[in-house]
Amino acid sequence: MSELLGHYNYWIVIVLMMTGFYIVIARPNLIKKVIGLFIFQTSVFIFFISIAKVEGGTAPIIEEGISVYSNPLPHVLILTAIVVGLATTALGLALVVRIREAYGTINEDDIHVQDEER
Amino acid sequence: MENLINDVLLGLLMITGFAIVRMKSLLGVTMLTSIYSLLSASLFVVLDAVDVALTEAAIGAGIATVLMVATVALTTDEEKVPRHTPLLPLLVVMATGAALIYGTLDMPHHGDPLAPAHRYVADSYLHDSPVEIGVPNVVTSVLASYRGYDTLGEVTVIFTAAAGVLALLGYRTRGRNIEAAGIRKQVVLRVIAKLFFPLILLFALYVQFHGDYGPGGGFQAGVIFATGFILYALAFGLGTAQRLIPSQLLRILAAAGVLIYAAVGLESMLLGGKFLEYRVLADDPIAGQHLGILLIELGVGITVASVMLIIYYGFVSRRH
Repeated sequence: MSELLGHYNYWIVIVLMMTGFYIVIARPNLIKKVIGLFIFQTSVFIFFISIAKVEGGTAPIIEEGISVYSNPLPHVLILTAIVVGLATTALGLALVVRIREAYGTINEDDIHVQDEER
Repeated sequence: MENLINDVLLGLLMITGFAIVRMKSLLGVTMLTSIYSLLSASLFVVLDAVDVALTEAAIGAGIATVLMVATVALTTDEEKVPRHTPLLPLLVVMATGAALIYGTLDMPHHGDPLAPAHRYVADSYLHDSPVEIGVPNVVTSVLASYRGYDTLGEVTVIFTAAAGVLALLGYRTRGRNIEAAGIRKQVVLRVIAKLFFPLILLFALYVQFHGDYGPGGGFQAGVIFATGFILYALAFGLGTAQRLIPSQLLRILAAAGVLIYAAVGLESMLLGGKFLEYRVLADDPIAGQHLGILLIELGVGITVASVMLIIYYGFVSRRH
């Protein structure tokens, strides 16, 4: 049983990642696409933090009497990645706002139609 | 028990993910995304990543949601039905997912203490950090000292993103007092916002300066600081918030934070060390590390807070 459940976290992460991926490739709405990327990105965060977990460990803040800590390195990488991720998401959303102003729509299909008419 | 909470949270995340795919109202999707972030922040606490959880809660559930709502307000709330059948994307996603799951079979089990990820540097960070850096929070010592180059790069990326948003959305230095008429009547909301505002700022300062000893640091503090001002702007209008902290000031602060960081690096070079080698900053190496970490975390906090506010101002001052 534990053989099967040992990868549970990773499998759910993959399901979440694919959910985000599906939204990005199947939905023509640009805001929805950005949200899909956001979900994809968060699933990668969960993946890294899951790898960092050590059975029976605790948060990596050194304290007397505790010997097992989770791995601090993925925490550092993801901590900064979250802030950078928001910065890039904001940039993406700003592009969506400008596209709406230029085309009057945020639907990818409609944008293609307008591009072909030009 | 810990495993059970872990599994339940992952299950909830999956349900929220599917709900996001199915929901047509973009405002609803935004709210679900906020829930998704809050759930993942809770999951990070269970997985011992307290610093990451603080960041995700403030960013994902807080600022990202506000930005998405602002975008929906500037564009449209309805999602049109796609013209293509979802069969091909579904097939691609299934195939990719299957390949990835096949890939995990070779991975060490979740929580395995002997996994390769926990050997080598991670091990030495945990052992050497109390002696070399003297800071109990290993995440802070890795972030600010061992991998200081990385963090400088990331702060620069954040700064660049703010410049990008400014270039795309323009900048209104003297914004009109944009305020939905409805919110004026929301007495409870305004009173609570006013009560919370100083508390949030106080908490941000605590997170900033206690980051060496507990969960926290410049990134988290900067974001929490910004959420305080965003809450204020939401309740009292953008104009009022801009009188409190003007846009021009934010632009200078965003650059100043990165400069403080880089200046600490140059200072340690001038004192005979390498770039960002804090131990030369004071007579005692440990005191030097403390001083260096304090200063660069301050730089990070200033830049992150002002960048978040610049982005927020950019979105909210834009009109249809």
